[in-house]
Amino acid sequence: MLRFILMRLGKAAIILIAILILNFFLIHAAPGDPAAVMAGEAGAADEKFIADLRARFGLDKPLLTQLGIYLGGVLQFDLGFSYRQQMPVADLIFSRLPATLLLTMTAFVISLLLGTLAGVLASARVGKWSDTLISTLALLFYATPLFWAALMAVLLFSVTLNWLPGFGYETVGANYTGFRRVLDIGQHLILPATTLGLFFMAVYMRMTRASMLEVSQLDFVKTARAKGLRSGIIQRRHIFRNAMLPVVTLAGLQAGQLVGGAVLTETVFAWPGIGRLMFEALAQRDYNVLLGVFFVSSAMVLLFNLITDVLYRFVDPRIRVG
Amino acid sequence: MLKRLTTLAAALLVSTALHAEPVSGGRANVVIQPEPPSLMVGLVQNGPTQMVAGNIYEGLLRYDTDLEPMPQLAKSWEVSEDGLTYTFKLHDNVKWHDGEPFTSADVVFSADKFLRETHARLRTSLEHVESITAPDEATVVFKLKQPFGPFMGIFEVGTMPMIPKHIYEGTDYENNPANNTPIGTGPFKFEEWVKGSHIRLVRNEDYYEKGLPYLDEIYWHVIPDAASRAVAYETGVVDILPGGSVENFDVQRIAAMDNTCITDKGWEYFGPHSWMWLNNREGPTADKRFRQAVMYAMDREFAKSALWNDLGKIAHSPVSSSTRFFTDDVNKYDHDPEKAKALLDEMGYDGETVRLLPLPYGETWQRWAEAVKQNLGEVGINVEIVATDVAGWNQKLAEWDYDMAFTYLYQYGDPALGVARNYISSNIAKGSQWNNVEGYENPKVDELFAQAAVAVTKEERQQLYTEVQQILTEDVPVAWLLELGFPTIYRCNVKDLVTTAIGVNDGFKDAYIEE
Repeated sequence: MLRFILMRLGKAAIILIAILILNFFLIHAAPGDPAAVMAGEAGAADEKFIADLRARFGLDKPLLTQLGIYLGGVLQFDLGFSYRQQMPVADLIFSRLPATLLLTMTAFVISLLLGTLAGVLASARVGKWSDTLISTLALLFYATPLFWAALMAVLLFSVTLNWLPGFGYETVGANYTGFRRVLDIGQHLILPATTLGLFFMAVYMRMTRASMLEVSQLDFVKTARAKGLRSGIIQRRHIFRNAMLPVVTLAGLQAGQLVGGAVLTETVFAWPGIGRLMFEALAQRDYNVLLGVFFVSSAMVLLFNLITDVLYRFVDPRIRVG
Repeated sequence: MLKRLTTLAAALLVSTALHAEPVSGGRANVVIQPEPPSLMVGLVQNGPTQMVAGNIYEGLLRYDTDLEPMPQLAKSWEVSEDGLTYTFKLHDNVKWHDGEPFTSADVVFSADKFLRETHARLRTSLEHVESITAPDEATVVFKLKQPFGPFMGIFEVGTMPMIPKHIYEGTDYENNPANNTPIGTGPFKFEEWVKGSHIRLVRNEDYYEKGLPYLDEIYWHVIPDAASRAVAYETGVVDILPGGSVENFDVQRIAAMDNTCITDKGWEYFGPHSWMWLNNREGPTADKRFRQAVMYAMDREFAKSALWNDLGKIAHSPVSSSTRFFTDDVNKYDHDPEKAKALLDEMGYDGETVRLLPLPYGETWQRWAEAVKQNLGEVGINVEIVATDVAGWNQKLAEWDYDMAFTYLYQYGDPALGVARNYISSNIAKGSQWNNVEGYENPKVDELFAQAAVAVTKEERQQLYTEVQQILTEDVPVAWLLELGFPTIYRCNVKDLVTTAIGVNDGFKDAYIEE
């Protein structure tokens, strides 16, 4: 097992470097550069001004030299400097990471728990009205564009009902501390986490339901029934456990998006996280920040793939890692 | 539409109603968009930076809404008869936020050293200045090489902010750690910046104007999504939406809320003037008749009412009506598709497709490009809309890779500062989109602009600028659209928010909240 993990980590490092190089060229292939964007925002610039900016950012060097400098930095755990935010990229990312993790983890837990629970319920009552209701809701969540769901949630719960804050991470200027602050952040978390989780909640529900129904038709379940086991035990031990395998695969996929996958939600809800950072860096051609976010999120995807593979073994010991 | 207009008019009236004595205390919650890269306005001059930094830093002068100078760090000034010597007397007892005294040495350092190196726009104006000296601690003298008409107009905080000499002299300006904790002389001090969330400024207790400012603190909220900014106002999280914070189609709806005021004042100095660049070098747009046809084909009244909710004015001249030396006495292009068709027939336009770049700054500009495409289509011009993001748009314009492209530029109160640059031939250079991007060359126009900048009397300048405006409106180097209106929306109990020609960018020195 340890050898497996080490080998996978080694491969992951190589893949990561390849991703970095690919991203580097992709980003630089896009038209425009940060100097022009910054000059644009300033509303005036002469050639000297733009040339000075390019020299400061190292953009006047050949592309391969820039790549060499960047990779050299990364190997020493230096992700470079953000032109736009005037901060080292690593500091920037790590200051934004907690907010993103809080948001995506909450969405992950909500969607996984509620999704599988709803799926199990629906499969247990297959064909009844509660199954129809759950399935319809899931279809609705699945089909609704994220930004629209987010805006509607804000319109209903913030503007009309005034129950929940519609954006932000905490109440700015309230200076809450301790438990009051936790509560405040929690309130701000509800809308973005729920909208972010809706899609995957629907996916888990449908997958769990289908998988439960499929497994319940298999021979070993029939055997268990024939042995006279109580149906609760059959549901839990025999069906649910086996039905969870595809759900774990999917959860691994979602977990891979924990770092970079909340661009829209974070922008709509003014959540100070990585996704928004990436979006803004893209618009401003802040190359180092973009590469930094890609780097961290690809590392997370690789890590969660590894964890998923290992998890399989615990869910179903017959699966071997190798 | 009429009902909406009445609401707006009523709101405008309310905002100018009489009010009681100012009271101290309270907090202003304001939207800032996008998040500024830095608050050090000597190094970075983009919109959001100026908006926050106008509270921290100060210039020698402010300008009222008629662009007349008002005292700020300079309490008085004198101009010599020949228009070559400008003497400023500085305010007494001014201190930097770190307690050091502000003196004439800081002014000389800021204008002559720091900003000459870092401020592209000011650098151009300072080329007319021969020397900047400080005969004593409270006096600064600017000596010019030749008279320069707009000179009194370059002293506001965004153009010539005062930079502390004791912090920056002899350092690497760009990498000075003090850039993160800006030190100015302004009414508010920098307190905290939580990136991605908010910026907090607090009252400067040692401010040299007694009793000012009134507010205790200002919170600038960073909210990236336009709809969320509207929600922030609706739910009471913020009380002030500076111009451009929400999409145009939301303006009327929000302005109609209870206790909400709206004003279009505070943009007189900038005079945001929008037009379509027309590529004068090649393609159909190189033909003067084609460009005139574009002007006749566009229904600018429609764009103004449908897309800009009747805010702003139709632009009839290269000079904005709030800018000095504007003249109405020019050829006006009303919506007249028949004239446009006749001009196109006359030149023998063969239906060649022209590429149009919208401005990637939100919905309104996209819709506007579609409206123009339709207008031009009605007279037989084929338009292809080319979508870009901000960076791509910058690059295409800087490399002259376009036929028509939307833009808007500031005029800075005087044709010599913000108008001439777009039309004089010495300003044709690849690599920047704030010069003569259309590639217009006319020796007569060059000469008139050059003479007008250094003419001594106002009458002389007016005459020269009138003539140049008449030539330009005949030649149509670019297709003028609107003098844009960017209304500031705020709760009516916030008083004296917009008092000068640069609006909220001038800081919240005079603003107070009525109980």
